[in-house]
Amino acid sequence: MIRLERRRAPSRIWSFLAPLAAVGATLVGGAVIFSLLGKNPFEVLTTIFWSPLFDPNLSAYARPQLLVKATPLILIAAGLSLGFRAGIWNIGAEGQYIVGAIFGGAVALAFYPEEGWYIFPLMVAAGALGGIAWAMIPAILRIRFNTNEILVSLMLVYIAVQFLAAMSLGALRNPEGSGFPGSRNLQYYESASNPELVAGTGIHWGGLTAVAALACLYVLLHRHILGFHIRLAGESPRAARFSGARPALLVAFCLGVSGGLAGLAGLFELAGPSGQISIDFNVGYGFTAIIVAFLGRLNPIGILFAGLLVALTYIGGEMAQFMLGLPAAAIQAFQGMLLFFLLAMDLFLNYRIVFGAGARA
Amino acid sequence: MISLKKSLRAASAVAATALLFATPGLSEPLKVGFIYVGPISDFGWTYEHDQGRLAVESALGDSVETTYVENVPEGADAERVLTQLALAGNNLIFATSFGYMDPVVNVAQKFPNVMFEHATGYKRADNVSTYSARFYEGRAVIGTIAGRMTETNTIGYVASYPIPEVVRGINAAYIHAKKVNPDVEFKIVWVYTWFDPAKEADAATALIDQGADIIMQHTDSPAPVSMAEEKGLYAFGQASDMKEFGPNARLSSIIDNWSPYYVARAQAALDGTWASEDAWHGINEGMVEIGEFSDAIPAEVQAEAQALADAISAGEYHPFTGPINKQDGSPWLADGEVADDITLLGMNFYVEGLEGEVPN
Repeated sequence: MIRLERRRAPSRIWSFLAPLAAVGATLVGGAVIFSLLGKNPFEVLTTIFWSPLFDPNLSAYARPQLLVKATPLILIAAGLSLGFRAGIWNIGAEGQYIVGAIFGGAVALAFYPEEGWYIFPLMVAAGALGGIAWAMIPAILRIRFNTNEILVSLMLVYIAVQFLAAMSLGALRNPEGSGFPGSRNLQYYESASNPELVAGTGIHWGGLTAVAALACLYVLLHRHILGFHIRLAGESPRAARFSGARPALLVAFCLGVSGGLAGLAGLFELAGPSGQISIDFNVGYGFTAIIVAFLGRLNPIGILFAGLLVALTYIGGEMAQFMLGLPAAAIQAFQGMLLFFLLAMDLFLNYRIVFGAGARA
Repeated sequence: MISLKKSLRAASAVAATALLFATPGLSEPLKVGFIYVGPISDFGWTYEHDQGRLAVESALGDSVETTYVENVPEGADAERVLTQLALAGNNLIFATSFGYMDPVVNVAQKFPNVMFEHATGYKRADNVSTYSARFYEGRAVIGTIAGRMTETNTIGYVASYPIPEVVRGINAAYIHAKKVNPDVEFKIVWVYTWFDPAKEADAATALIDQGADIIMQHTDSPAPVSMAEEKGLYAFGQASDMKEFGPNARLSSIIDNWSPYYVARAQAALDGTWASEDAWHGINEGMVEIGEFSDAIPAEVQAEAQALADAISAGEYHPFTGPINKQDGSPWLADGEVADDITLLGMNFYVEGLEGEVPN
């Protein structure tokens, strides 16, 4: 018989090595899949991880694109990590991302075609507010009625997706768009657009906000009593209560911050790289950010690197598609393996396998 | 700062010249890139575009080299993939979803020497062509068959999004079903997705529960056809033939056949005769194909449907020929009047007799 037995305390070294080991296992697993598909696994892996950074033709464009792609992931993951540390599980960042974009986009479209410096800051405020508002629904339901925030926040994603479709086809539809769904393109509306701050760098306001969010997160977790309570609530809820943490406040704070950052990510994406409120505006950053948060060990610096790594697999994965003819599904499986191995490594970090029936109570 | 700008400009000039010379000579193959919104295995929209890509390969052989990226979301990701395809040396790029429109226009500005083809859009430039199919011609034909074949006089319609393309299809099918069966009624369910087999199957079931014995769809998965097969009812293939998903249920199909267009455009690019244009092709050009009629359709109905398709193909008959009133009873087309393309392209109203409203 094989059993799992909880370790007294996870190894300190291994808690840092686990994500690296997961990446290593993913590389091996990916290599197996790619060779089963009849591709040279070494070639595929170098295309995914090397080409976006160093390919002579493509890297000049791809490098800044890595930052563009990583920005929403990092911004959302930064917020999620806070709640995940406290055992407050916001799985619905995708919905908060959508609602933030809709709120911010609605502000921009209300002003169109007026130009003014105040429009973008108002959009940013509305974006954050939209995300917070959407996250407050599971927060209030959990505080008042003790509902499960995992389910409520997840279900609200599907509502947000319908809301997005309704807006793209209705109130926010481009009146000059020949009846097709989708709003005006904010990239062509100067006061509302969020272009690269310096051309060719891939850094827009979202990137700066993401870095600022990580810095604030670090300070909060390590220098502030609220951060202490958050960490304590995750590790030992009883102890947290004795030390004066207020569970209701923690729930509202963690969901509010993660919702607000997800809303900001949506707004910056809408006003920048994406441009339009459309039916397919959301592409899953809110879910992928969960992987990023865990891959980064819920640690601000870890999240930064995890976000960049996941962005690299997206962009390198596209290159593997058009340079080597690899199917998109193989890339998705490869990305999925990363989370799988990460969770497996975490399991072995906290548990050991015991063979035989020998009970050790 | 100025010198930086200058050197950037110089660099882009060099890049542009390099691109100019990168256009293929006799020895170098024309590189043709495709970006798809779904997986090539969807057996619908994307599958047919990929068949077009394969047709280009087999028709033009070594003089072309094709590549594709599938499952590309519309918006920022599309812009990145398009840029990378252009940077990777593709000379002709087909973007096969409506939502790629602004990304195509943006990227085309940066790569004036790369030729872009955008499906179903309306924004063009010197190096951006648009193309689409007159699917409503096919809808008129299958509408006729459905009107003849229904026993409950109820036809169920699984609709994706309330956009002109879809509304036009509903109108065309309804007008022609009604023409051969004045008692016919249409029930429409909007699923707000192009590809979601579970939702499409649910919608088909809901329609069948409301008495529909023939299912039409304007979504991409074969799920509604499979559902009709399961219930022993009838359906039509959409985008691809879908016969294998409903050997008994499938009466006919509207097949998107992009191959002739893609081959012609790639050939034009090879010959150096490619120019920006707006193509809206139908049965006549072969872009809209009516799938083989099943034996379940009586011979006289087959003949009637075939005659309609032939008349449309020959330009003798237009599916939107008056008298047609709008849903509220106000006149749209006078007797013998034919709808113009502008109205058709922006169609956002039902014709008289359809129930419900175009959702907003």
